[in-house]
Amino acid sequence: MYDNRVSGYLYIAPFLIGLATFTLFPFLSSFLLSFSDYQLQDPVQQARFLGLGNYIQMASDDTFYGSLGVTFLYVFITVPLKLAFALFIAFVLNFKLRGIGFFRTAYYVPSILGGSVAIAVLWRYVFAGDGLINQVLVWAGGEPLNWLGEPAYALFTIVLLRLWQFGSAMVVFLAGLQNIPTDLYEAATIDGAGKARIFFTITLPLLTPVIFFNFIMQIVQAFQEFNGPYIITGGGPLKSTYLLPLMIYEEAFKYFNVGYAAALSWVLFLIIALFTIIAFASAKYWVFYGNEREDRE
Amino acid sequence: MTKGRVLLRGVMKSFGAVDVIKGVDLEIAPGELTVFVGPSGCGKSTLLRLVSGLELPTGGSIMIGDRDVTCVHPSERGIAMVFQSYALYPHMSVAENMGFGLKIAGLPKAVIKEKVAKAAEILQLTPLLDRKPRALSGGQRQRVAIGRCIVREPEVFLFDEPLSNLDAALRGQMRVEIARLHAKLGATMIYVTHDQVEAMTLATRIVVLNAGRIEQIGAPIELYRHPANLFVAGFIGSPRMNFMDGIVEAAEADAVHVRLNAATLRLPRHEGDVKPGAKVTVGIRPEHFRVGSAVDAGDDQAVEFDSVIDLVERLGGETLAHLRMPSLSDGVLVVKISGDIPLRIGTGLRVGVRLAQCHLFDADGRAVGASAARVAAVAA
Repeated sequence: MYDNRVSGYLYIAPFLIGLATFTLFPFLSSFLLSFSDYQLQDPVQQARFLGLGNYIQMASDDTFYGSLGVTFLYVFITVPLKLAFALFIAFVLNFKLRGIGFFRTAYYVPSILGGSVAIAVLWRYVFAGDGLINQVLVWAGGEPLNWLGEPAYALFTIVLLRLWQFGSAMVVFLAGLQNIPTDLYEAATIDGAGKARIFFTITLPLLTPVIFFNFIMQIVQAFQEFNGPYIITGGGPLKSTYLLPLMIYEEAFKYFNVGYAAALSWVLFLIIALFTIIAFASAKYWVFYGNEREDRE
Repeated sequence: MTKGRVLLRGVMKSFGAVDVIKGVDLEIAPGELTVFVGPSGCGKSTLLRLVSGLELPTGGSIMIGDRDVTCVHPSERGIAMVFQSYALYPHMSVAENMGFGLKIAGLPKAVIKEKVAKAAEILQLTPLLDRKPRALSGGQRQRVAIGRCIVREPEVFLFDEPLSNLDAALRGQMRVEIARLHAKLGATMIYVTHDQVEAMTLATRIVVLNAGRIEQIGAPIELYRHPANLFVAGFIGSPRMNFMDGIVEAAEADAVHVRLNAATLRLPRHEGDVKPGAKVTVGIRPEHFRVGSAVDAGDDQAVEFDSVIDLVERLGGETLAHLRMPSLSDGVLVVKISGDIPLRIGTGLRVGVRLAQCHLFDADGRAVGASAARVAAVAA
């Protein structure tokens, strides 16, 4: 007979092994590698300890600063836009209309396809010089645009790819909206509040826990965006879409500077952690949890 | 002066093909506390929502005071509503909840504060003004919901099953508070409930609804004593009235002879039209039965029957005895008697009833002349 604890550990062993192999080991080894000059083509044993060398090199790397700037720009544009767009669609889909179930499903489809490689490839064709978008533009009497060749437009195309994946945030918003009791809207209506007022004074405050959750998730995901710039624009033109994850990938697998790439990864990790901490710290000022009980005085 | 009067004329409401309210005419006098009562799905809440404006009628008209408000926005009808769930804004303090409507109306802060403070005093909410609803008990939340109504100084207060989320003890307490509030404010109130104790104790007048129609309107005691039909007779009063099928044997000027299972009752009457051979229903309230000796000997207005005790429910002060009385009915009759009387299942019990306290209904379920009940009313 096994001890209860033994069988317990056996049950969770597959997960623990997976965690150790695919998360913990890369996490720790990348941390160690970030202090080395490890090159992908050489055996690990040849790697030399550089101390903070990679980090010092980063501090004077213009490509890094450029990439960091584009990444921030990308995050600051996509996160609010995507949240607002997802909330808007959720708000519309929350109306009790005939066939609303179909529309809820239909609007979620893009998120199932998501930012996958296939969709990114599709995006490249749609925005190509003779792609669908330009054909529509010409048909409508406009001039074709060089979507992927102009820095501003290129960033726009990968921003759009992110917005297109609004579905998961939308579903969470929709669940949040449906959790708000109808009685509150009716009470506010009797109190004389108009639709806009109800939205801003009742709906939004009661939705803040969901907004907070989506905000954190979107920040984390946006900082990690890779497929779009890698497949659609290749980081160009003029590195205008050269997001940090793409730079990390190229450093590691194009230039074989795994040590430097590991250091970049850790900087990205710290940035995401910092934003998450700031978001959590700010939560007490704007996130309202309706169900938690305050201590009675 | 018609301030606070509510007038419904031919009000109808359908949701798709379903007719929920099938033509309601009702006048509520200023200052009345009218209770809509009826079983689930009878349309009582819908009728209240039609008055509030949260639903619009598919036919008919609604007047509040001198104004036709049939299509007027809820906020402009001069009403305020207490919801079953209280519907307090969870992210606002008690004071903000109560003052929200006034803030939207654009009143100065000082005025809002004053009105909120006044309402809070009436409802003993003053120490709680800065709290959020989540830090309040159920009864306190209910008072805040009422306070939110008071500050609006409405012509009509609407209550939609306001006590059904509270436990029994608190419900009794809040019932008294609402009665007191009504006496104090003297405002028109419409109160929806499925609880007939609330209806009987609170109402100036009760409106009994069934399947989207009004069955009867009247003062609580009037409905109890003179139910207009089988539905009201069965709905008002707890435990419900016993019904027995019978056939009219003879109709005299002052009495109707009704043949039940094995007995014939000579029920007094003053009016109403029943012919010999007609099918009727005799109704007797459980509390109108007396145990044998309690009926005066030689009272020709009373009859006695033998029964066998089928089941005993002891409530303490009173006992509900389920009796088999083959002379009256094939079914089991419920009798409410003093809790002091010893009863054993399977043994016999002789019970009596005053004929004047029997109700008679014709084949369509309408009370016959209501005469028997009127005699009972005089006797009581």
